[in-house]
Amino acid sequence: MDAFNDIWVYLAASPLFGLVLTLVVFQAAYALYSRIHYNPMLNPVAISVLVIITVLWLSDMSYEHYFEGAQFIHFLLGPATVALAIPLYQHWATLRSLWIPILFATSVGLVAAGLSAFWIAQWLGASMETLLSLVPKSVTAPVAMGIAEKNGGLATLTAAFVVITGVLGAMLGPWVFKLMRLKDDRVAGIAMGVTAHGLGTAKSFQISVQMGAFSGLAMALSAFIAAIILPWLMASL
Amino acid sequence: MGFSFLGLITVLLVYQLIGELIVLAFDWPVPGPVIGMFLLLMTLLLRQAWSPYLVEPAQQFLRYLSLFFVPAGVGVMVHLTRIGEEWLSILVALVISTLVSLVVTAWVMLGLAKLLQKAKLGVK
Repeated sequence: MDAFNDIWVYLAASPLFGLVLTLVVFQAAYALYSRIHYNPMLNPVAISVLVIITVLWLSDMSYEHYFEGAQFIHFLLGPATVALAIPLYQHWATLRSLWIPILFATSVGLVAAGLSAFWIAQWLGASMETLLSLVPKSVTAPVAMGIAEKNGGLATLTAAFVVITGVLGAMLGPWVFKLMRLKDDRVAGIAMGVTAHGLGTAKSFQISVQMGAFSGLAMALSAFIAAIILPWLMASL
Repeated sequence: MGFSFLGLITVLLVYQLIGELIVLAFDWPVPGPVIGMFLLLMTLLLRQAWSPYLVEPAQQFLRYLSLFFVPAGVGVMVHLTRIGEEWLSILVALVISTLVSLVVTAWVMLGLAKLLQKAKLGVK
């Protein structure tokens, strides 16, 4: 038992623990997700977050300490955002031919998502910090966190809202499109990308390649528009 | 054809660094990586011959996009008290706004595409 205790003391002090925990748990969650044929109810990000929080809680470890290791993964959100230029470039021809509807739909959808969340939560009595953290929740995490942090929200709270919104969008999207009798995968893809960023895009690729491409496009475009529009919108709320 | 992982990550980080420097210099509210994304897109549009080096490795890298969200998502544990107090308003706001966003985006896109098609046919 003493040996176990010594090992635990070593592990808990090293940043390796948070890093390994994140990698192992995510891959296990992803294996489970592929086994159940990508059912959005068991989204691997949501499952990983729940499992890791439970482990940290049981081992009495703080988030700050966990993040010392996990920051190496978190840091990759920056280059991943830059990398979104590549799907944007690949679909440049389509983007150009449909740029007016795509641009307007993305801007209107982005503002509708942020404002409706803000007003509903305000009406139900949420605090101002929560309200401002809700506004960028449809935007991909690195951009949403940057916007929240610079405009009165809490970056980590926004990150949680972004992940929950992504899971909700991936779950509800296909059902909503069926109710709307929407058959055009290009339109459905744009709606998914604007609403549910990367998690909606992953779901769209399972429905059709075209829907996935349009969703990825909408996600990248909305990240860019959000960075310009939302700080201004949030300052006026 | 195509960069190694090391080559790709170097290119991405250089663009991110330039983006961060621009944001710092002009004091913009836009996150640095978004400027990096914009600059990389412009570069690819101006130098199309460079894209084959990036497309394949970037797709590989973006396959792990959802993993990168996990450490930030775990950050919710810092806010458990707040979420415990405000869970109802947060949940209702997230579900309804997700539905609003899906429907509004699809409608605007459909409506405008139809309008543009009519305008084009009218010209002909």
